[in-house]
Amino acid sequence: MRVVPPAGQSAWLTLLIAGAMAFLCVFALALSVAADRLAARWGEALSRTATVRISAPPTQMDEQTAIVLEVLRTTPGVATARLIPDDEQGALLEPWFGPDLPLDLLALPRLVEVTETPEGFDAMGLRLRLAAEAPGAVLDDHTRWRRPLVEAAARLRGLAVLSMVLIGGATAAMVTLAASASLAANAQVIAVLRLVGARDRFIARAFVRRFTLRALIGAALGTAAGMAALLAMPDTGESGGLLSGLGFAGPEWLYPLAVPPLAAVVAWAATRAAAFRVLRGVT
Amino acid sequence: MIELETVAHGYDGAELFSDVTLQLGDGSFHFLTGPSGAGKTTLLRLCYGELVPTRGTVRFFGQDRRGLGRDGLAFARQRIGVVHQDCRFLDHLSLRDNVALPLIAGERPVPDRDVDDLMAWVGLKGHVQALPPSLSGGERQRAALARAVITSPEVLLADEPTGNLDWDMSVRLLSLLIELNRMGTAVLIATHDLNLIRAAKAQVSARVLRIAGRRLHLAGAEL
Ligand SMILES: Nc1ncnc2c1ncn2[C@@H]1O[C@H](COP(=O)(O)OP(=O)(O)OP(=O)(O)O)[C@@H](O)[C@H]1O
Ligand SMILES: [Mg+2]
Repeated sequence: MRVVPPAGQSAWLTLLIAGAMAFLCVFALALSVAADRLAARWGEALSRTATVRISAPPTQMDEQTAIVLEVLRTTPGVATARLIPDDEQGALLEPWFGPDLPLDLLALPRLVEVTETPEGFDAMGLRLRLAAEAPGAVLDDHTRWRRPLVEAAARLRGLAVLSMVLIGGATAAMVTLAASASLAANAQVIAVLRLVGARDRFIARAFVRRFTLRALIGAALGTAAGMAALLAMPDTGESGGLLSGLGFAGPEWLYPLAVPPLAAVVAWAATRAAAFRVLRGVT
Repeated sequence: MIELETVAHGYDGAELFSDVTLQLGDGSFHFLTGPSGAGKTTLLRLCYGELVPTRGTVRFFGQDRRGLGRDGLAFARQRIGVVHQDCRFLDHLSLRDNVALPLIAGERPVPDRDVDDLMAWVGLKGHVQALPPSLSGGERQRAALARAVITSPEVLLADEPTGNLDWDMSVRLLSLLIELNRMGTAVLIATHDLNLIRAAKAQVSARVLRIAGRRLHLAGAEL
């Protein structure tokens, strides 16, 4: 039995708010997942090492190699610098030239494998120092251009998470407003219920149950719509960059299913707080 | 059960009455009279905790109102039946649900048969599904009384419960209150109806209180 009369406006308002917010939240979630995936993919490439290639006349090779290693050793941001021994280099080349490659006859460049510390090194500065001290050394860091992209992806993910937090906050605020309107409209009902001996939690429950249910239903509808919209995104193939990754893959489709229960929890807490605040003013 | 000790109350500034001491003990029967505007309704509202006295102490079942807390006040009210002067129904609920409201609000089971029997007893058999706004003043008062006694309360406070009723119905309701009182319920009725008081005094030993000149007096001798 409904001790609180069925309210018109606030019911639809809550349903609509929860639906719209859930829809937005699904997109923010998809963005966050996509940015995460992108960052992981690019980050993996980044973690590969850079190399310094030394091509010098045979008489200067050893000297320049020593200089390069010394430069790398004193460069901030370089974790390790390892000269790749000739036999290892031969193994690297074997697939292309066969096992009988006479390495010592070829004027092969020497390779130094460089791994970075997490902070990374200043590539431009290193390049200048190498040019000045070992003219035959070239820094090859073809993966470094991805670093700002990885940072951007991480930033994007942060923004997506922030959006979800804001959506949650806005939902709480609007449910509070709708619940307060409903509580104010039912001030007489609340007063009578108190007079006949109802406890606060009994009265609050009537409102809380209603708003929680509405938020749950609205958010379920909004989530379903958001997931359908993601499913219906046209396939952009590999060239789409971020766009091609926007959406969920495999078990990731389970993530948005958490949105309706979360909306219900937010509505529950917001309505409960509003109800007890109003009830404190009723004897 | 309910005790008022040197209680004073005023709505804004000026005191309506002061130094009121009153005990509604087990099985007691009180009438409360006085001119309109003297503060009868106000005194009753103090007795079920809707108002807090500006001075003095109100105790429910031995506990100070001030130390009771919100749930404590609710539990105390579940033991008190009240007929409000303006009835105070929930207009969206049927009369039947309104009568059962103290049970529902107290989260107690609703014995449907008892509710129907009680409503038949107060002559509302044909109105169980009616909404309160569609009822006459007398019908509303009878429903309000039914609602007040549905929980078999330990204390019953009634504010002009017979104001809109004919004499026969007034006597019928009075007999219900007397019956409750014989089973131990403390009864306090605010009324202007001296005939009702006389009819009651013929059946129970009722004390008659009178608010006048900002004081509560024991009257009765002149009746
Ligand atoms: N909520 C309120 N705020 C301010 N003044 C009030 C309020 N309620 C009642 N009063 C005033 O207090 C006085 C006593 O009111 P009360 O209702 O207790 O009188 P009463 O004895 O029950 O009168 P009646 O016999 O007409 O029912 C009146 O003068 C009234 O105007
Ligand atoms: Mg009155």
